[in-house]
Amino acid sequence: MNYDDIKSNVLTTKLESAINWGRKNSLWPMPFGTACCGIEFMAVLASRTDISRFGAEAIRFSPRQSDLLIVAGRISIKMMPVLIRIYEQMPEPKWVISMGACASSGGVFDTYSVIQGIDQFIPVDVYVPGCPPRPEGVVESLMKIQNLIDKEKLSDYALSSSK
Amino acid sequence: MLLEQTLSQMKERFPDIVLDMTEFAGEQILHVKSQHILTVLTALKADGYNFLADLTAIDNLTLGGYERFAVAYHLLCHKTAERLTVKAYVPEEKASLPSVESLWKTADWQEREVFDLFGIIFEGHPNLIRIMNPDDYEGHPLRKDYPRLGRKERDNFPVIERGIQKKKRPE
Amino acid sequence: MTRVTEKSLKTDRMILNFGPQHPSTHGTLRIIMELDGETVTKATPEIGYLHSGFEKLGEDLDFNQYITITDRMNYLSPLCNNVAYALAAEKLMELEVSKRTEYIRVLMCELSRIADHLLSVGMLAVDLGALTAFLYGFRVREDIYDLFEIATGTRLTTSYTLVGGLMRDIPEGFDKAVLKVLDEVNEVANDIETLLNKNRIWHDRTKNIGIISKEDAISYGISGPMARAAGLDWDIRVNEPYSSYEEFDFDVVIALNGDVFDRYLVRMEEIRQSIRICRQSLEKMPSGDVIVDPGLGYSLPPKDEVYNSIEGLIYHFEVTMPNRGMVPPVGEAYMPTESPNGELGFYIVSDGKRTPYRVRTRPPSLINYSIFSKLIEGHMLSDAPAILGSINIIAGELDR
Repeated sequence: MNYDDIKSNVLTTKLESAINWGRKNSLWPMPFGTACCGIEFMAVLASRTDISRFGAEAIRFSPRQSDLLIVAGRISIKMMPVLIRIYEQMPEPKWVISMGACASSGGVFDTYSVIQGIDQFIPVDVYVPGCPPRPEGVVESLMKIQNLIDKEKLSDYALSSSK
Repeated sequence: MLLEQTLSQMKERFPDIVLDMTEFAGEQILHVKSQHILTVLTALKADGYNFLADLTAIDNLTLGGYERFAVAYHLLCHKTAERLTVKAYVPEEKASLPSVESLWKTADWQEREVFDLFGIIFEGHPNLIRIMNPDDYEGHPLRKDYPRLGRKERDNFPVIERGIQKKKRPE
Repeated sequence: MTRVTEKSLKTDRMILNFGPQHPSTHGTLRIIMELDGETVTKATPEIGYLHSGFEKLGEDLDFNQYITITDRMNYLSPLCNNVAYALAAEKLMELEVSKRTEYIRVLMCELSRIADHLLSVGMLAVDLGALTAFLYGFRVREDIYDLFEIATGTRLTTSYTLVGGLMRDIPEGFDKAVLKVLDEVNEVANDIETLLNKNRIWHDRTKNIGIISKEDAISYGISGPMARAAGLDWDIRVNEPYSSYEEFDFDVVIALNGDVFDRYLVRMEEIRQSIRICRQSLEKMPSGDVIVDPGLGYSLPPKDEVYNSIEGLIYHFEVTMPNRGMVPPVGEAYMPTESPNGELGFYIVSDGKRTPYRVRTRPPSLINYSIFSKLIEGHMLSDAPAILGSINIIAGELDR
């Protein structure tokens, strides 16, 4: 075994970069599709625009096994407690994409029973505009989440007892 | 023709229930008082109007009409492809009328929806509870005096903070 | 050790929450089921998780603005909703539209019907484990979305019709594009039927499940492919024709048993009949305007007239400014149309102002769903996704 063999088969990096690389290329989305944006999300999963290029094709409808919550569609006052419970059931680290105008701000529906933006109650990372957004827009939002994950540091996840 | 025959006899058969018969845009509308709506609809169903297409209500607060609420039934006869609308007028103080769930099972959910959105009570309904709004909702949203933006129900939820401190970094 | 007897085992019904967030409920439905082992003894559906106040919004938006809201009701076939609302408003105002408008509306409705049936069969297949039918259907649906994009500008929320006509005419070369897509749809329908029609697993999971009788269909107000699968011979396009449907030659598809397999077969055959209608509409398309004369005061003039002539600008302002606007007659109109789910009707009450007084949608999804608790009794838990998929519930229309 000489130096050339080692150089071509061994890679050195920082621990944070390795962890971030692993997390961002295997995001497991949890689609919370309620309305029309849910159909456009299904089009993102289908064959023309294909999310599995990004490693995100494992759609598990269980919050305990996923790390990216995609809220697609309008949220009514009867559905909001369900959304809060699903968000709390997801383990850390987790990210939230608010897809479409209705989830980001209430959309066209300024009425008594539509929540005017889920970011009033849940922390959101990326907003996707559109009614409904084109599938390419959703793919770009996924890439933005990947950029956000890239910049994370291990000290962000420090336990509060270390303060 | 079934429609003409039925309508021409309506006034003789039910003289003190039928208020008026009007026509608009090619369709016939029968206006009745609401306490005896079950007799009128049973007779119409026996005549041939076997399908209840739609059941809804209108709040006549600024439109005017015989009473505050009108419950509209859209009937269809499959044999002759004719439609008829029956409107039953319900006053505001005693907003209730008999349920037609015994004639058509489709009236079950539609009457629950009218109760939820307008507050009209259907006597004899097996399960009259709210269907669209949450169970602890107060008020009847589709009435004309209820504001479109609601009464703060859509702002009353707990705010969840992030579990982990994430610092904001420049893009 | 005591012997375990029937009396000492305390058995009770299990209550299972088929919750509002679940992979195989199509949208936000909740069903509370009581199970005896694996058999469902009682199921109570609970709806309203997407109630957005459409009917309250209809009282604040004027007739042309509400068309954008009707897109979001049945979001699998939004052009059918647009056409239905425009027809109801035109019935109220007693407007006659041109023949070309009617033919284009028929073409768009039938393309939406194909898209809706492909997705509904795809979702039924996915719930029962057959993922391939869903992917095949979605691939050709993307081509249909491309057609919508050429004609209307967007894929899903099209808002194509106006009161009195259409927003814009179809462009050059549209008919060749449509004919090409129709050939592909035919191929995909053949592929899906090859996969599923004689499949043993499909037969076991869908035959004799959820049988609706003809009397139940009439009593529960069921319409559309569900009623035709039960043997009820009622299609509004044939019995009460609207928008020149009487000039087209197509068959009404009826099945006799009323179970899930029959509903699937009726939908696949309706795709083929829709292809026939689309081809006829393209062959016989008349020429002419696609909007009613703006001088009547009801319709928006075309955009190049608005920007280039003073009359176009004045008519545009007369219709859209808040203190002016259309002056419809005082009255009410109910217009039933045949949407892919059943009888979709709009009931508009007007008091003479520029916004309607009350807009009511007769939702086929809600009325078809009410029979579910009767259908699932006695069947097993895993038949629930099959029955739900065959009813084709769309949550936007269910809750409005």
